[in-house]
Amino acid sequence: MKRILLGAGLGVAAALALAAPAQAAKTLVYCSEGSPENFNPMVNTTGTSFDVSLPVYNNLVQFERGGTKVVPGLAEKWDVSEDGLTYTFHLRKGAKWHSNNDFKPTRDANADDVLWSFNRQWKKDHPFHKVSGGAYDYFNDMAMPDLLKSIEKIDDYTVKFTLNKVEAPFIANLAMPFAAIQSAEYADALQKKNQIDKIDQAPIGTGPFQFVAYQKDAVIRYKAFDQYWGGKAPLDNLVFAITPDAAVRYAKLKAGECHIVPYPNPADLEAMKKDSAITLMEQEGLNVGYLAFNVTKKPFDDVRVRRALNMAIDKKAVVDAVYQGAGVPAKNPIPPTMWSYNKEIEDYPYDPERAKKLLADAGFPNGFETDLWAMPVQRPYNPNAKRMAEMMQADLAKVGIKAKVVQYEWGEYRKRLQAGEHQMGMLGWTGDNGDPDNFLHVLLGCEAARPGGSNIAKWCYKEFDDLVLQAKRTTDTAARTKLYEQAQVIFKEEAPWLTVAHSVVHMAVSKNVVDYKMDPFGIHRFYGVDLKQ
Amino acid sequence: MLRFILTRVSLVIPTFLGVTFLTFLLIRLVPGDPIEVRVGERGIPPERLLELRHELGLDRPLWQQFLDYIAGVLQGDLGVSLVTRNSVLSEFLTLFPATLELAALAMLFATVVGLPAGIVAAVRRGSVFDHGVMGVSLTGYSMPIFWWGLLLILFFSVGLGWTPVSGRLDLLYYVEPVTGFMLVDTLMAGEYGAFWSALHHLVLPMIVLGTVPLAVVARMTRSAMLEVLGEDYIRTAKAKGLAGKRVIGLHALRNALIPVVTVIGLQVGTLLGGAILTETIFSWPGVGKWLIESINRRDYPALQGGVLLIATTVMAVNLLVDVLYGVLNPRIRHSR
Repeated sequence: MKRILLGAGLGVAAALALAAPAQAAKTLVYCSEGSPENFNPMVNTTGTSFDVSLPVYNNLVQFERGGTKVVPGLAEKWDVSEDGLTYTFHLRKGAKWHSNNDFKPTRDANADDVLWSFNRQWKKDHPFHKVSGGAYDYFNDMAMPDLLKSIEKIDDYTVKFTLNKVEAPFIANLAMPFAAIQSAEYADALQKKNQIDKIDQAPIGTGPFQFVAYQKDAVIRYKAFDQYWGGKAPLDNLVFAITPDAAVRYAKLKAGECHIVPYPNPADLEAMKKDSAITLMEQEGLNVGYLAFNVTKKPFDDVRVRRALNMAIDKKAVVDAVYQGAGVPAKNPIPPTMWSYNKEIEDYPYDPERAKKLLADAGFPNGFETDLWAMPVQRPYNPNAKRMAEMMQADLAKVGIKAKVVQYEWGEYRKRLQAGEHQMGMLGWTGDNGDPDNFLHVLLGCEAARPGGSNIAKWCYKEFDDLVLQAKRTTDTAARTKLYEQAQVIFKEEAPWLTVAHSVVHMAVSKNVVDYKMDPFGIHRFYGVDLKQ
Repeated sequence: MLRFILTRVSLVIPTFLGVTFLTFLLIRLVPGDPIEVRVGERGIPPERLLELRHELGLDRPLWQQFLDYIAGVLQGDLGVSLVTRNSVLSEFLTLFPATLELAALAMLFATVVGLPAGIVAAVRRGSVFDHGVMGVSLTGYSMPIFWWGLLLILFFSVGLGWTPVSGRLDLLYYVEPVTGFMLVDTLMAGEYGAFWSALHHLVLPMIVLGTVPLAVVARMTRSAMLEVLGEDYIRTAKAKGLAGKRVIGLHALRNALIPVVTVIGLQVGTLLGGAILTETIFSWPGVGKWLIESINRRDYPALQGGVLLIATTVMAVNLLVDVLYGVLNPRIRHSR
C-alpha cells in the first residue's frame, strides 16, 4: 500500500527535491502534532486528520478564512425555497481537478461529483461506501441521513437538495470538513484498476494544494495547485513535519525547522511571548467547559440550589489556576466568537454569603452531600478536570456542601453522564459547524435530555426549547439571533449549568509567516498564507 | 550443535504463544474500545455502536476473537489496522527499518564507546578513569530518556545549532524508500547530501537511545575483564613474558567477551523498548511512535501485531545470542 502511495506522488516529489536547493520556491513547514488516519475528511474524526485533507478538497460552501461565516465554495451561489425545504446550488464553472501519475482528469468538477460524494456517505450500496471503514461519523452525527430526502442533478452545474424538515443549520453543515467533494471520474478510474482504497490515500481534489507524498508518520508534502479556481496560493510548497512532542515542536520553531507550531505547552507561553522571532497568536476556541447539575435529581431540581452553587464557586480563581492563561471565564453556553452570543448577560457573582442564604431558603441551611464528576482526561475545553474539581470542592465546603469527586475511564464516564447517573458532572463541547444550534439544541434541548442524550443536565425547559426549535425552523439569521439571545437569558436564570470557561487556543508562528489566520474551529488552514523571503 | 539449536527453538514456541495471548488480553483490559475512544463528547447512539462493533468483529466472544487471531497469525495474516485500514504487516515493515537503523546505530555507539571504556577501567582499576567511567555509566543508566533527549536537543540543536532537532532527513530531500534504511537508500540514490543529512539526524537519537546500553556494556566489560584478569592463565601469560597489550587484547578480552556478548544481545529488548520514547521525542517515524499512537487509538490489530513482531525480533536475537554463545564457548553446547 505504502509503495503505491508514494509512487503516485513520486514525479512531483522528485521535481520538488530538485527544485528545492535553488531556494526559489516558498516552502512553508507546519509542525503538526500527529499522524493522520487517512486523507479523506468524510471518514476522519480528528482535527489532526482534517488538517491534512483540507488543503486538497473543496466543499460546496465553506467557512470564510478565520471565521464561522459560510461563503461560496464549489457552489457560486445557492437559493433556498420559500418553505425552507429545497436548496439549489449553482456550481462554479472551470473548477479543475488535481492530477497524479495514475490519473489525468478530462473534465472540471460538476454535479456528478457532488452527487457521488454525498451518495458515498449516504447510500449503503454505493460502491465506495465501505472504503476506509465506511463509518461516516460526522455525516451521521449531523443527522444528515434523517435530514436528506433527495439530492438531484438538474443539469451539469446545478444540484438540488431536498430536506425532510426545515433545518437552518443545514448550510453550515455543508461547510464542515465531512462534506468535501471528491472526483467521480477518479473513483471510476480507480475502480477499473481495482484500487478503490487509493481514493483516500492518494487524494485528488479541487483545493488549493495538491497532494504529493506521505512518508508514514514523518512528512506530508503538498504543492500549490496552479489552476486553483481561487487563484494559486502564495506558497509554492506546503510541508507537514509530524512532531508529536510539544517541547520538541517549540525547539524546531526556534531552530528554524518549522514556521508554524500548534498546541504549545502552557509552560512555554511566557517564553514564546518574549521571543522576538516568534508571534504568539491566541483565540478563544469554539468551545465551552461546564459543570452540569442533574435537574432530575435532588436537590438540583430546585433552581435556588443551582443558583446558589453558581455563586459559591470562585470561577475566576478556578479558571486562572486550571487554565493558566489559556482560558477565559464563561458566562454563556456558547463561545464569544459565535454569532448571537449575548453580551448583555450578567454572570452570577462570587458571593458565598448569598449562596448560603439561597441554600437555607431551599431547605439546606447546613448544606448537603453530593457527588462531583470530573473527566479523567485532558480535553480541549478543560486541561485538568481533577484539579478543577478539587478547587470547586474546597469552595463548596465553605458553604457547607460536601462534594465527593468521582472519576471513571473516559468512555465509561461519558456514557454514565449521558445516562444521568451523576448529580453534578463536568463536561464540555467543541463546536462542529459554528451554528448556535449546535450548542443550544444539542446540549440543552429537550430531545437531548433523554437518557443517553448529550444534555447531561437532563434539563428540559419548555420555554427554552420552544425558542431553540423555532430558531431551527427560521432561515433568516437576524431573526434567529434574536431567538438565541433570548434563550441565553432563560438559560442563565434557570442555571442548569455552571458555565466554567472557554479555552484559549495558542499558535506559535515564525515572524517570516505572513497573514496566517487562526481558525475558530481549531483547524489549521494554509491557503492565503505567505512567507517573507 | 543442531540438537542444541533445535532445543533452543522449541523453547521459543511457548514464549511466542504467551506473548500473543498477553498482548491480546492486555490491550482489551485497557478501558475504552476503538469506537468509544474516537467518539468524543457527542457519544454514539447504542444502535450505531452495535453496528460498528459488529463490523469490526468486536461483538464476538473474546475466545473466538482470540482463536481467529491465532489462526490468522499462523497463516501470516496479522489483520488490518482499524484506523488506516492498511495491513498491519505492511505498516510494520514500512516503519521497522527506521527503528532498526536507529537501534543498530545506538548499539554500535554503545559498543564502540562502552567496550574500550570498560577495558581501560578494568586494567586501571581504582584509577580516576575507572571511577569516572563507573560514575558516568551509573548516571547514564539512571537517566530518564525523555529528559535526556530534550536536554540534548536544547543544547546541541537549539543552542549550538550543530544538529537538527528532530526528524530523519532534511525536508529539502526526498528519497524514495527502497530498503527503508535511510543511510542505505540515500547512498543508493547517489544523494550524498541526503546521506550526510540522514547521518546528522541520527546523532542525537543514537546517543539518547544508546546511553543505557552503553552504561551496561561498560560496566559488564569492566567486571568481566576484572574476573578474567585474576585468572591463572593470565598470570601464566604474563609470566611467559607476553606483552601487556597482547595479554589483555587476546587472552583476557576473548574470554571476557562471552558474558559481554550475552549482555549486548539482551540489550536488544531494552533498545526496542527505549525506541518508543526516543522515537516520540525525535519524531522518528519508526514502530515505537506507531505503537504509542495505536494504543491511544485502541487499534487492537496494529498493537497486537506490532508487539508480536517486536517480541519475535527480540526472541530471534536472543536465540542468535544463545547460539553464538555456544560457538564462542564450546563448554556450553557440550554441557547440554
